Amino acid sequence: MTELLLVVGMALVTFAVRYPVMVLVGRLPLPESLFRALRYVPPAVLAAIIVPGIVMPAGRIDLSPTNTYLVAGVAAGLVAWRTKNILLTIVIGMGLFLFLRLVVFGV
Amino acid sequence: MTSIPLAEPPSTPAPATRSREFWAGFRDTIPLVVGAVPFGIIFGALAVTNGLSPLAAIGMSLFVFAGSSQFIGSNLYGAGAALPLIVLTTFVVNVRHALYSATLAPYVRNLPHVWLVPLGFWLTDETFVIVARHYQEPGDVRYKHWYYFGSAIFMYVNWNVCTLIGIIAGQSIPDPARLGLDFALIVTFIGMVIPSITTRPILASVIAASIAALIFNPLPNNLGLMVAAIIGVIVGVVVENRLPAAETDTQKGVSA
Repeated sequence: MTELLLVVGMALVTFAVRYPVMVLVGRLPLPESLFRALRYVPPAVLAAIIVPGIVMPAGRIDLSPTNTYLVAGVAAGLVAWRTKNILLTIVIGMGLFLFLRLVVFGV
Repeated sequence: MTSIPLAEPPSTPAPATRSREFWAGFRDTIPLVVGAVPFGIIFGALAVTNGLSPLAAIGMSLFVFAGSSQFIGSNLYGAGAALPLIVLTTFVVNVRHALYSATLAPYVRNLPHVWLVPLGFWLTDETFVIVARHYQEPGDVRYKHWYYFGSAIFMYVNWNVCTLIGIIAGQSIPDPARLGLDFALIVTFIGMVIPSITTRPILASVIAASIAALIFNPLPNNLGLMVAAIIGVIVGVVVENRLPAAETDTQKGVSA
């Protein structure tokens, strides 16, 4: 029963920030300036997810070479920049990450 | 289709159709799915380890369908947190989806609710980014919601299959968090954002959001993410408005 309420509650609040917002904002006459501003949402959100994820994976800033998230993340960034290929970025980034973690640092 | 009109812009060599759009969305989502696979499997494994029943874990992936909040929700549940607190946390963690919905709203405003309900429900970070990019590209807009559909359904089916695999394999993975497979999601986002930095305002936006995300990270429940995203958007607009018109022109139709 608790689990049912958990899933239903989480589902409702998550749906509430998706569909109704889409419908309501769609009905508003959006000024062109706001419309243009919203185009910065994707890169800004992604950057705001990535950077804390690689710079502070354990909750505090860690710029040391033993931070595998940072080392592999920067390497993946270089691959993405040079190749513009998402799949290659994932494969090389993830490969380097697992190599560092399992082989080099033997976590 | 024996001749292609000469007036056709070069970026749309073939006329858009429902199935072309659907499969284009599917195809562009393949690399994003690769990055989401480990994330989904860990969710299934961890949810059960946290004390959630397999049925509830499946239910979350089927009906909530929001990766990070599912992790947080099942963790809090395992730690014995009160239900209203878990639901409230889920809301705050997912508030960024309101920003995504608002961004896509002008493009989908003419669609009937039979489309809007599932498309809204299926929003994810990944689908949002590629669909927003697709809508901003020039070309026939009539069937672009089929692109959205192709991307979304692929992410949804994959997420649920991976959850199931994680639940089944959960017992045989000694400590799924140990491998740090959460990096798969981060590296996917890196592959998405770097090629999207095509203008100086976008670069400024990304740098500002990155710094702000570090500064505001201590805020609870991912709120720092929202603050950082809004700061990034503002900085992007400010830089765009300060650049000479020639530079802003290249901005048109180019974004993440």
